Amino acid sequence: MTAKSPLLNRRTILAAGVATLAMPAVLRADPAPVKLGLIHPVTGALAFSGSQCRLGGQMAIADVNAAGGIKSMGGAKLEALLGDAQLRPELAASLVDQMAEAGASGFTGCFSSSLGLAATQAAAKYNLPFSIDSGVADNLTTRGLTNTFRLFPSASPIVADAVTELDEVNKNAGSPVKSAVLVHENSEFGTNTATALKDKLPGIGIKVLELMPHATPTRDFTNIALRIKEQKPELVIISNYVNEYMLLIRTLVQQRVPLVAMFSVLGGGFGLKFAKEQPGISDYVMDFNQWYNPRKPASLAFRERVESAGGTFTWEILFGYYAVGLLADGFEHAGTSDKAKVIPALAASTYYPEMLPYGPTSFIGGQNKGGHAVGLQIQKGDIKTIWPSQFADAKPVFPRPKV
Amino acid sequence: MPPLDILAAALINGVLTGGVYALVALGLTLIYGVLHIVNFAHGSLLMLAMFGAWMLVSWVGLDPYAALVPLTAIMFVLGWALYAGVIGRISRGEDRAILLATLGIAIVLDNFALVVFTGDTRTIETPYSFEMIELGPLLLSVPRVVSFAVALVLAALLWAFMARTDTGRAIRAVAKEPDGARLVGIRPGRIFALSYGIGVACLGAAACLLLPSFYVSPQVGNVFVLVSFTIVVLGGMGSFPGAVLGGLIIGVTESLGGLFLGESLGPIGISLVFIAVLLLRPTGLFGAAR
Amino acid sequence: MKRLLPLLILLAALAPLALPSQFLVNLAMLTAFSALLGQGWNISGGFGGLTSFGHAAFFGIGAYTAAILQTRYGLNPWLGLPAGAILGAAVGAAIGIAAFRAGLRGSYFALVTLAFSEVFRIIANSAEITRGGLGILIPLRPGLTNFQFADRRASYAVTLALLAAATSVALWLRRSRFGARLIAVRENEDAASALGVDLVGTKVRALALSGAITATAGVLYAQTFLYVDPSIAFGIERSVEMLLVAMIGGAGTVWGPVLGAIVLHIIEDTSRALIDTPGFAPMLYGVVLLAIVAFLPGGIAGLRMHRAGNAKRGANA
Repeated sequence: MTAKSPLLNRRTILAAGVATLAMPAVLRADPAPVKLGLIHPVTGALAFSGSQCRLGGQMAIADVNAAGGIKSMGGAKLEALLGDAQLRPELAASLVDQMAEAGASGFTGCFSSSLGLAATQAAAKYNLPFSIDSGVADNLTTRGLTNTFRLFPSASPIVADAVTELDEVNKNAGSPVKSAVLVHENSEFGTNTATALKDKLPGIGIKVLELMPHATPTRDFTNIALRIKEQKPELVIISNYVNEYMLLIRTLVQQRVPLVAMFSVLGGGFGLKFAKEQPGISDYVMDFNQWYNPRKPASLAFRERVESAGGTFTWEILFGYYAVGLLADGFEHAGTSDKAKVIPALAASTYYPEMLPYGPTSFIGGQNKGGHAVGLQIQKGDIKTIWPSQFADAKPVFPRPKV
Repeated sequence: MPPLDILAAALINGVLTGGVYALVALGLTLIYGVLHIVNFAHGSLLMLAMFGAWMLVSWVGLDPYAALVPLTAIMFVLGWALYAGVIGRISRGEDRAILLATLGIAIVLDNFALVVFTGDTRTIETPYSFEMIELGPLLLSVPRVVSFAVALVLAALLWAFMARTDTGRAIRAVAKEPDGARLVGIRPGRIFALSYGIGVACLGAAACLLLPSFYVSPQVGNVFVLVSFTIVVLGGMGSFPGAVLGGLIIGVTESLGGLFLGESLGPIGISLVFIAVLLLRPTGLFGAAR
Repeated sequence: MKRLLPLLILLAALAPLALPSQFLVNLAMLTAFSALLGQGWNISGGFGGLTSFGHAAFFGIGAYTAAILQTRYGLNPWLGLPAGAILGAAVGAAIGIAAFRAGLRGSYFALVTLAFSEVFRIIANSAEITRGGLGILIPLRPGLTNFQFADRRASYAVTLALLAAATSVALWLRRSRFGARLIAVRENEDAASALGVDLVGTKVRALALSGAITATAGVLYAQTFLYVDPSIAFGIERSVEMLLVAMIGGAGTVWGPVLGAIVLHIIEDTSRALIDTPGFAPMLYGVVLLAIVAFLPGGIAGLRMHRAGNAKRGANA
């Protein structure tokens, strides 16, 4: 392994998209660029995820520009305005002001739901379109802001789909799972996810034995592992952030908790890095999450583009990418960056994110109803899609083999 | 009431976790005891040490336990240089300025790590990461047991160093009476830098022992920093046995708190014990009267 | 010159209202907000020398009081201000009585305040009334009667009014008998005690006053950003912000927190505007912070006083 400067990585990844398409020089004067505000936490505790979202957004801008910009606007180029919101909602709102006055025609962001709440609300004052790239809280799109759009599913449908998958996988294997313990982090994301699961699981014949909330950070999961061992569930369902996800699964393995499966919904630590760095514990862990459609060659090429530059491919990059893609498509259809026309164009959008396992886009109150998360499983150090079958590139291994 | 075996397991687990905490707190208690300030940079320096350990393991190929020796030396030099070159110089020994200086250093280091390593979380997998010692129905993680043992040894070594060597006696003299120490020919500035260096060196050891069972990211210091402040005050500032005992108390409190109140409300136990001890015995368990 | 100063300050404070840019008005608002936080901290931390690492406790109490009273009980949001201030004062008094009766000083007191703010954070994370980790989202209903402003200038005006009130308290402290007692306690407890000053009572009152002011800042935050969760309300970052603003500006001086907020915001905002690469801007901020500590030992206000040949009122620990 060699040390690579993150700056170098970034440049290479961005260049990859530009290099493939050299456009003939346009002779007439270039139209004014369309400015997009990319607001993410790129320092502080969420720095990694925030940077990944930002990188995805920058890749999308590079690709749109390399493909000739916004054609209906005479090939106008996109231009990124970058903002670091850290973990401070007040900063996210301030960045919106700043970028709006610098001429931003739209925004994407903000990874964290609490930053998203502040930023979308600030953008609403200018009635500028805001395309959410991640942040699954339902209330981002249910509080009546007409400028806010989310191409990606919110928490409630994700949980509903996850339960459907779990039911199908479980029944196909002869219903080895009869009971579950839910471990979740205790802020908005984990609590909402776990309570929704608790309501739905009995409906598919899985008894919820206990909800075990924990703080972020939690330094030690031995107690939780021991209590799970005592409850004897066949399944553990996890909803938490990256570090605690990894520590919890590691402790479950160490304490030899006998489980049919480890399942997570929007598991923060479920990723290629986990699959590769910790093969001993990550194999056969299942997650229900945002991911690409593995059957599209473009998806794999995209992943390769990130990885060959030394980056880590995560879903955040893809979603940062398509959040910008949605806005660019809105400008294309409106033929202008004028917010009064772009917002209706977005509301009527039928944008098709090629690499995502999505049906046709249809926005209701700013929320795309055609987006879906998928069932994933780590198999042999890689992430495979196992559900639904039309997007799957592997069969579920369920129950997990005994070690 | 949870079953007895779970209770016993939680107790033992708390003791082991407490050993890890004590490890982080040992350096802090020395710095606190000598300089009488809250070293806000402690968490950031732990983070830096953990990245150091991670680099020695994944780039140089050392075993984390073998990396302990060079890393401790490196961290000593870094800590010494940090005090002699930055903290001592810009604060002129004034408490308020030392506090702000360590705060400034923490901001610089955290973001330096972000620039160099990105915000990504990193882990290592060693052959013994999943080795467990079976103790009746209990399973104890080998890296945890090792770090517990080393914490005890390290505390004993530090204690002996302070009690038996001339340098140790000089440090104690400066801690108690900087002006008096100056009169007998000790230069407090040098002792401060030395103590800061030793305190930071302890983090080198802590980092190597933590890495096999934990993770490292630019934010990892924050995970331990509040707990170590608590332990240092609980044990009495400057006291190594106090830091170990404080670590164990906090480890057990946290473990039992989690068991009875859940891991969400459970951490409140640490703060409550801390407040109670301070209000009832403000000098800490092992602290001398001020 | 000396007579003109108040007028100049007033003009400078009102100037942002004339700015055409909402962004700049917002920056002025955030700066005034930081100054308000710093001023709240300064009452006990500066004038009283009671260095606290846990003032977020009061901030969070204010923010949650405002949020809960309107979302749960449907009360008018403006009532949050007095209610938050009263609760903030009560919590300040309670923490003060416990800590000062036990004789806690210096870093012991600082750490016990930190522990209290952690206790509040954890309770907020688990309690039903705060909606646990879900946080409280205040419905968006802009309007004067609702204490929500679409125009940043209105937010700025309210923040400025609260800052003016807090600064008046600081001015009053410097002139009143209570302030004199407080400063005497800070400088030398034994001497103050010998002169008949009630040590515990004086410090408790200072902390309660400080708690009240800091809690109003929390109310203001909730009304401006309309979302409160446990780490936003009680996170240690907020406590550090207050301490930094006051100490860098000059703890125990009337204008220190205002100067500190202005300087720190200028440094932070310009470094962020100049550098996009993650991490570099805050790193630069940290370096400048160290430079200020190195070259301005009494804080920024200390410099001013030094120049004016008025060093005796200057910096203090």
